[in-house]
This record gives sequence, structure tokens and C-alpha cells, in this order.
Amino acid sequence: MFKYHPLAAALLAAAILPAPAMAADSDLQQLRTEIEQLRAGYAAQMNALEARLKKAEEATAAAQASAAQARETAQQAAAAPAAAPQAATPAASAGAFNPGVSLILSGQYGNLSKDPQKYRIANFAKGGEAGPVSRGFGLSESELGLSANIDHLFYGQANFSISPDNEVAAEEAFVQTTALPAGFTIKSGRFFSGIGYLNEQHSHTWDFVDAPLAYQAFLGNQFSQDGVQLRWLAPTSTYLELGSELGKGNRFPGTDSSRNGAGARAVFAHVGGDVGLSNSWRAGVSWLRMQPQNRSADDIDLNGASVSNSFTGSSRLLVGDFIWKWAPNGNGERTNLKLQGEYFRRHESGSLIYDTAATASAGDYRSAQSGWYVQSVYQFMPAWRVGARYDRLDSGRVDYGSNSASLGATSFSPNKRSLMIDWSPSEFSRLRLQFARDKSVDEVADRQIVLQYQMSLGAHGAHSY
Amino acid sequence: MNRIFQSVFAMLIALAAQSSQAALRVVACEPEWGALVQELAGDKASVYTATNALQDPHHVQARPSLIASVRNADLVACTGAELEIGWLPILLRQSGNPAIQPGKPGYFEAAEFVRKLEVPGKLDRADGDVHPGGNPHIQTDPRNISLVAAALSARLASIDPANAGTYRARYDDFKARWQAAILRWEKQAAPLRGVSIVAHHKAYAYLENWLGLVEVGTLEPKPGVEPSSAHLSELLASLQRQPAKMIVRSAYEEERASQWLSERAKIPAVVIPFTVGGSAQAKDLFSTFDDTVVQLLRGLK
Repeated sequence: MFKYHPLAAALLAAAILPAPAMAADSDLQQLRTEIEQLRAGYAAQMNALEARLKKAEEATAAAQASAAQARETAQQAAAAPAAAPQAATPAASAGAFNPGVSLILSGQYGNLSKDPQKYRIANFAKGGEAGPVSRGFGLSESELGLSANIDHLFYGQANFSISPDNEVAAEEAFVQTTALPAGFTIKSGRFFSGIGYLNEQHSHTWDFVDAPLAYQAFLGNQFSQDGVQLRWLAPTSTYLELGSELGKGNRFPGTDSSRNGAGARAVFAHVGGDVGLSNSWRAGVSWLRMQPQNRSADDIDLNGASVSNSFTGSSRLLVGDFIWKWAPNGNGERTNLKLQGEYFRRHESGSLIYDTAATASAGDYRSAQSGWYVQSVYQFMPAWRVGARYDRLDSGRVDYGSNSASLGATSFSPNKRSLMIDWSPSEFSRLRLQFARDKSVDEVADRQIVLQYQMSLGAHGAHSY
Repeated sequence: MNRIFQSVFAMLIALAAQSSQAALRVVACEPEWGALVQELAGDKASVYTATNALQDPHHVQARPSLIASVRNADLVACTGAELEIGWLPILLRQSGNPAIQPGKPGYFEAAEFVRKLEVPGKLDRADGDVHPGGNPHIQTDPRNISLVAAALSARLASIDPANAGTYRARYDDFKARWQAAILRWEKQAAPLRGVSIVAHHKAYAYLENWLGLVEVGTLEPKPGVEPSSAHLSELLASLQRQPAKMIVRSAYEEERASQWLSERAKIPAVVIPFTVGGSAQAKDLFSTFDDTVVQLLRGLK
């Protein structure tokens, strides 16, 4: 500041140099005149700005044009007193319009008492990317994100994930409208479905290393759509959002198919608000309908043999979600608390082919299963948080029809308890230690210890609620 | 049945008429801009302020209530210069409101209209949470408020031309009172010229520039990084060589670090409101600066 500012430099000199009284007096006089000059300068600026403003207002009837000009003059006037050179306009270069680039780097060390390769959840078909982290040192998903406004009508975003075994996948790649009236927004492409609470968030923003068991069992970790989403935000002071999706439905719990129509339909509603200054909440209910065809899953039959079964029919999932956040006076810098829970209920009906490799006997299949989790994360001092989560699945009713002689569900309820502590020295880095006791099968629990880092580089992402 | 339909229809018409007559709906990201809109628009605008003086404007949750308020806004008035980058883009994108998207008259960034200080020569996150556009805490210099007021008044008139006359008159009145107040504050604050201070966060570049304060250190080792005991010890040592008169922090910042340093360096810890509502005295823009000057002068004694 004082490098360029003659007044400040003079002040500094006056303050530091031991000068005779006479000199100080004249310095003071000089200072006074300088201050006066500065003040007069600002006043003149304001007057000039206003004169131009007035002229602009009179000259043009088009209100917008006047605003633009006022802005321009204001910028000029504001820039005028600058003794320091300043680039007022962004540098004109080919890179000026590059989208925001962000990179998530994440890795972990896992110590698991059971082999994650043999991981399964009793009474539930495993799909998608469900399962715990690998043993020993490993890389989690690295994620490259690009986002920008496309033009005055559309916003675009893509997130590419690179898996530890070097597979690149488009995790999200969508365009979204920004100019539709009346609270409507349309998203198209590949995107995380708006069902539930956790589903729409990228895994690096989750509070635990892994997704809750219910997400693993019902959505294969996280459900993304290739399709279209329509959202409508009600013009009310209480937050009320309704959404609907049509998608290809090619990911678990659905399967690839060659149909023209939509394989996945979803609707969801969210409400939310504040309670006083310190509390806020959001609650939602979602419904997802999929039509899997020949969805194969590994299972263990009544004889204890590993078999592969295939399901064709309809899968309907109901999700209820709730989140409550507390921060004193809405300032979560020092302490804050988060409480969240989700409930899933799935009905599937259709036909199941038992042991596709050998017997291949077809029979009716009906099931009604549910699951839930509840978790809480507390920041007890700046940068430090602790959290606990309890997951539980209810095996419910499973009717294998004519295959009942070979297959059967037990009454066992898979469950998991997790504890975590994390440290975030800045907004961009986080280290986490998590302990979990995973009882997803009716045997001795799997004890999992995971040490994880998550870092983000590049564009400063905005986090949704 | 027909009568029910008719009465519902009449009600809808009445509602629509009411909403078209209703005041301009403004969402202000920070309290200072909410207060400024109130000065400039009076009862022509209804103002919703997204944050309060006890919250850190860098870190705000994109809460459902904020999304709902932006959904219904005719104007969103924010600081800009990436101060709200962690939450505002989400609000704008999820609002489904085309009127307040960046580039539209309904989106107003105050920082566009003032000369920014501390524009970094290089961008590296190793230097902390630096803002590429320069220091965004422009509201601590009342001369910046003047510049923003001129632009904001013109913006209000362009969005709501029917009330342009009112905005003009209110602006003229505000400007006269504000200029007089600036003279008063500058006179009161004259003893602060050349006074060395330690700041909690690099939030006072404009205040220092205005009043001639000299910042000799910050409690945060890097912008946006929590004060650490190692850094505070270093700061204490450096204050032996280059003493400061007081430690200044904003209402929303934690007192522990400045208390620690205050006890050891034997200099007072001063809290300034930073924005409207930051102290019991800071009820509007005028009293916010009144209190700021009073608190800083108190630190001199």
C-alpha cells in the first residue's frame, strides 16, 4: 500500500524519522493539505460520476443502457485515483474463457480383517461399485472436474473419475439451463440422481470413507442417470422443490437394455428451512422405478454353493431423507453439528433365473426389503470433527416362488457401525481416520481401519447444502 | 362448482395483482449491502439479508432458506470478488431464477465499482485463501460505500423504472448525509493516522487505506488459515521489534487468539463491527462506522 501511496509514505516517514519540531510542523501542514487534496479528489470524483449518471439517465430511455453506462463511469471514476497501475480489464488471451478446473486427489491405507474381494451383504444382491476399500495402500478415485457457463442459457459440468486400476469414467457430464422462467431448471446428460440426500453429492464431500450399507445395497453405492431431469422450485419463502427424472436406467439396480423408452423414472420432493439463526434442515421423499432385464448377481444357495442368478422385472425404491445442521448463530467456524438419516424401502417383482450357469430354472420372484442409516458429525474445534454412523438393513420378505427349494433369505439384518475423526487444515485438504465394525454377513464382524486423505486443487468449488 | 371456480380465479387474480404491486425483492449477501439498499430504496424494496455480522461471509452454508429467497428475488446484491464463491454459485444455480444470473441487471457485485487493493501478483494456494480479484472486504472504507451507492441506485432505477424518481431522491439525500459523515469520521479518526495494528484476518486493507492505519501482522498465518500457536509466538516476537498499538478483529471472529496476544504483548484487543449488526451500536451504515471509529480510538488509550 505505502509503496505507491505518497501520503502513506509521508506518514510513515513522519512517524519513524526523529525530526526537529519545526520540520514536524511543516510536515503536519503538508499532511493537512494532502489530506484536503485527497478529500477534494474524492468529492470531485463523486460529482463527476453523478453528473455522468444524470446525463446517462436523461439521455437514454432504455433503463438497462443507463445502468451499463453508470457502471462504466463508476469503474472509471473508481480507477481514477489509483496511483498504482492496475489491470482493469481481464487479459485478452485464448485461455481467458477456460472453464473452472478442479482436481480431487484421494488415497488411503486400509486394514481389514476380512478379504474385501469376498465382500457381500447377506440377503442383498450386490451391484455397482459396492464394497469396502482395498487392503493396504491404495488410491481412491481421482476426480477431474470442469465447469463453466456455456452461454447465457446453459451451464455445463463434467467430472471424470480415474479409478485405482486406471479406468477413466465420466462420472457426471451434463448441461443445465440457467434461464428458464418460473423456477424451472432442466438438466440433461449424465448426472447423479436427485433422489435421497447423499446420492447427489460427490463422494469426496461425504463425511465417511464409504457410502452407507443402504446405498451399497439399494443403489450400488451411488445412482447416476443418463437422461433428463426437471426441477421446479416453488415461489414460497419455505424451500419446496419438486423434481422428476427420466433416464436410461442402465446402472444398478437397473440393467442395460435396447429399449427406446426410459428404463428409470424418478420423482422427488424436498422441503427445508431455518429454525432460528442457528438451525437449518431439509427433508425429502423420493421414488425411483427401474426395469432391470437379466440383472445378474452372485448369491449363495441353500446348499451353500456360490451361484449366479438373473432377475428380470420391476424394481421400485422409496427413499426418505432428513438432515439437520446446527451452528451457533449460523457461524460454523468453531463448532457445528450435523445430523442426518435416510430410509430406503424397495419392492422388486418379476422372474428370477436360478443358477444361470447350470440349472437355469426360472421362477417368480417378489421381495420387499428396507434399510436405513443415521449419522452425526460434530466439529468440536476449528478444523477437527468427529462422527458416528449406524447402518442397518432389514432383509424383509423374499419370495423365490418355484425356486424356493434352492434359494432362501435368512432373517439376518446386516449392520455396520462406523466412527471417524478428521482434520481439515484448510478448506482444500482433509485427513481422516475411520474405524468400522461391518457385520454385513452373519459371521464374525469385519473390522476395518482406514486412514484417508482427500485434497482438492484448482477452482474453488461451491458446496451444496 | 362454478362459483367456487370463480372465487378461486378471483383470488388468483388478486394475488397476482398484489405480487405485481409488491416491493422490489432484494437479497443482499452481506448486511452492509442490505442496509445500503434500505437507505436507497426505503419501502420500495423488501430486503432479505443472507448472512449476519456474526457469520464469516467466506463460509456460509447454501441453506434451503437461502435458495428459496434467491428464487423470489428481483435483485441479488453481493460483494463479489469471489468473497461468496463457496456458496453463492450454488444458490444462483439452484434458484431457477433467470433474472439474477450473473450478467443480468438483477445481479449486482459491489466490488466491480471500486478499486481493489491487494490484488495478488501471483496465485498460489500455499499463500492461503487468496482472492484473485483482490481483497474483497471493500465495505470497511466509507468512500467505497459512496461509489457502490451511486451504482446501486442506478441499478435499482433500471430494474424498477417506475420508482426511479424515488431512488434518485433517496440517493441524493443519502449522499449528502454520507459525505458529511465521512468528514466527521475522518476528523474523529485523525489520531489513528500512522498507528500500527495487528489484524485477525486480512480484512481491513480498505479501512487501513482510509484512516492511515499500518498493518504490521495478522493473527492468521495465511488468509483463511486458523491462527496457530507457533505463528502467534512468532508474531509476538516480531512485535518486540515492530510494536503495534492494538489488535483488531471483526465481530464474527473468535476472540481467543487476539486475547492470547493481547495479554502477552500488553496491547488492547479491539473488536470492530465490520458490518451492520456487528455490535449493539451498529444498527445501520452510519452507526457502524461511528462505532468502528469509536472502538479504534478506544484502542489508542
